[in-house]
Amino acid sequence: MKRKQLAPLTAVVAVSALALSACGQAPSESKDSEQKSDYKACMVSDAGGWDDRSFNQSGKEGFDKAVKEFGLQESDAESKDDSDFTSNVDQMVQQGCKLIYGVGFNLAPVMTKSAQENKDIDYALIDSPFTDKDGKTVELDNAKPIEFNTAQAAFLAGYVAAGTTKSNKVATFGGMNIPSVTIFMDGFADGVKKFNQDKGKDVKLLGWDKDKQSGSFSGDFDNQSQGQTLANQFLSQGADIVMPVAGPVGLGAAAAVKKKDGAKLIWVDSDGYESAPDYKDIILTSVVKGIANSVYDTAKEAKDDKFSAEPYVGDLSNDGVGIAPYHDLEGDVPDDVKKSVDDLKQQIIDGKLKVESKASPK
Amino acid sequence: MSSTTVSQPPAPQPAAGGSRPAGTGQPGLMRQILSGSWLVSLLAIVIALAVGAVLIAVANPDVQETASYFFARPADFFAAAWQAISEAYLALLRGSVFDWQATSAVRMVRPFTESLVSATPLILTGLGIALAFRSGLFNIGGQGQVVLGSICSGFLGYALHLPPVIHLLVALAGGILGGAIWAGIAGVLKARTGANEVIVTIMLNSIAGFLFAYLLKQAWFKHTDSANPISATVDSSAMLPPLLPSPFRLNAGFIVAILATLLVWWLLERSTTGFEFRAVGENPNAAKTAGISVSRVTITVMLIAGALAGLGGAAQILGTEGKLSAGVGGSIGFDAITVALLGRSRPLGTFFAGLLFGAFKAGGYLMQAQTGTPIDIVLVVQSVIVLLIAAPPLVRTIFRLPAPVKKEDA
Repeated sequence: MKRKQLAPLTAVVAVSALALSACGQAPSESKDSEQKSDYKACMVSDAGGWDDRSFNQSGKEGFDKAVKEFGLQESDAESKDDSDFTSNVDQMVQQGCKLIYGVGFNLAPVMTKSAQENKDIDYALIDSPFTDKDGKTVELDNAKPIEFNTAQAAFLAGYVAAGTTKSNKVATFGGMNIPSVTIFMDGFADGVKKFNQDKGKDVKLLGWDKDKQSGSFSGDFDNQSQGQTLANQFLSQGADIVMPVAGPVGLGAAAAVKKKDGAKLIWVDSDGYESAPDYKDIILTSVVKGIANSVYDTAKEAKDDKFSAEPYVGDLSNDGVGIAPYHDLEGDVPDDVKKSVDDLKQQIIDGKLKVESKASPK
Repeated sequence: MSSTTVSQPPAPQPAAGGSRPAGTGQPGLMRQILSGSWLVSLLAIVIALAVGAVLIAVANPDVQETASYFFARPADFFAAAWQAISEAYLALLRGSVFDWQATSAVRMVRPFTESLVSATPLILTGLGIALAFRSGLFNIGGQGQVVLGSICSGFLGYALHLPPVIHLLVALAGGILGGAIWAGIAGVLKARTGANEVIVTIMLNSIAGFLFAYLLKQAWFKHTDSANPISATVDSSAMLPPLLPSPFRLNAGFIVAILATLLVWWLLERSTTGFEFRAVGENPNAAKTAGISVSRVTITVMLIAGALAGLGGAAQILGTEGKLSAGVGGSIGFDAITVALLGRSRPLGTFFAGLLFGAFKAGGYLMQAQTGTPIDIVLVVQSVIVLLIAAPPLVRTIFRLPAPVKKEDA
């Protein structure tokens, strides 16, 4: 019978909690809404969704910022699976969007078709060129590919990792064996190799073989426990720095790395020190991809009628990609490594050093 | 709003124990689900929409803002909530049936055809699940069977170059065969070794997913030079012919779905084989005593169920998608379980449940794009439907319905 007496009590508590939170002042009626631009920008996610802590999320951040600052009208659609792409992009056309962003290579065929059919709408595709139905790259006057040569930044991260490891073993794994993932792993592998050549060391990389283009993958971008399993395998094989390239799966890896003393993590896409603050004490650096900025810049150009279909390729020279500060682990990176990284960065920008990946934007 | 009805405290019902079907020795979960009435299905949808309405209101920023000064001016809150809910559901309706705000006549009627397009794979796969349910088999492997159907039909669609009609038939046959073999594995294991079909089909789902991911990395499979895991495009000779000109996407796949519904109905209700299926589903021991080979029925049922699910995958590829990519099967195989449950595992019921879910899917696009309502609401509505369908007594309690006296017949 105790439960019966508790029920009204619980209700009273719940209601009063609600009541307290609802006691705010009503705003004055004369709240005139700001004059909004009639330019409508729209965005369609891929199956990862807006909260993927990866490129969809970064894209959306840049989009939201542009919408807010320029007072644009907006519409966005989250795709749950690949069969949603056609309908979602079509919806955006029907909603009267002037600029439509698509996030991810999976949207390439649908975006290209829509761009060909609607010449008066501008299209921007993140992380992929526009492709026809046979997968061949096409150029259209109203379609701007936004791509990133992440291999350059990952190269620096690989160099840092090789220079910081105590066990002479570092590791990486991906979500899926697809170009937008392996471009990180290729760059990372080359960075480690470069360190070995320069300093005559023998730091081993686990989880990725650049020549064979094969390595460890979690299989998707959702399963965090798989990330934990993979990271634990690497740690037990003696690696002390892990770079997961798998969106939220990386959080699983982070949990595993955190449990092991002295082990460190390299985050990707955004500065993990800020985007995954739970793990900031183990994040050595991050391979940052400036998706948000490129989305913002594209919106800025497009709304002023200055949209250009010229591909945007983010690399070290235009700060489209880069490595994040070392933050709390500043002291763990040897000074000569830090200096070499700065030199290498300059060499890559000057074109003296080429970082190549099969997945690099052409 | 009917949500007020939901919040009424359920009165103690002395007859609660009487909700199990009378006259049967083992009132299993399956029997409970199947004995639910049409009314229960309908009420489940109503409750689910009411729950969805609450979530739409909660998720809406305007409603959140007005809630913060609820006591100062409650009218604002109710106005905002009403506006959010009505706009979202009207958009859902406009996106799935008839869009009276569209710019052209074609665009006005297109939503209904889009619902049919989305419904096609759900109906086909749902029939496969329903057939297995009726035969006493929990086929949770619809997803894997859909994937295999997609793989086989898609591959035959772009790897071979055959004359029209023949090419389509070959590709469809490939999809049917792929799904049938995949489900057949579970059927044989169940019949020969007694392996639980639920476990085996779930495992086969994962295997199908990884097999697909592997194949999409192989150049010989996807027929493109691109490094992205997307296959070449299916030849137009293998695509299901459109029933209406562009921009309509309605294709002959829907006709296939109608034919399959009729076929399954005939099979289950009018044929000797179907009688055996149902007999095994009702009581395997009695069926065995009556001289029916339970293991043969198990294998046959799984083969046919897989064939239907494979056809669902084929309809998706050859109907609208035209190419293979990792997420192309979506969650058809799992949604189809809901469709079969909502349709009470009857062919016609499955057909209409498939239409409803197709409409949810098609309407969800407009709802999300226009009102900014999270697409997850649709998923919640679907999930609540399943929850309630699986618990008919709960629905009866909410609406104070009497418990069924005896198991009704279809």
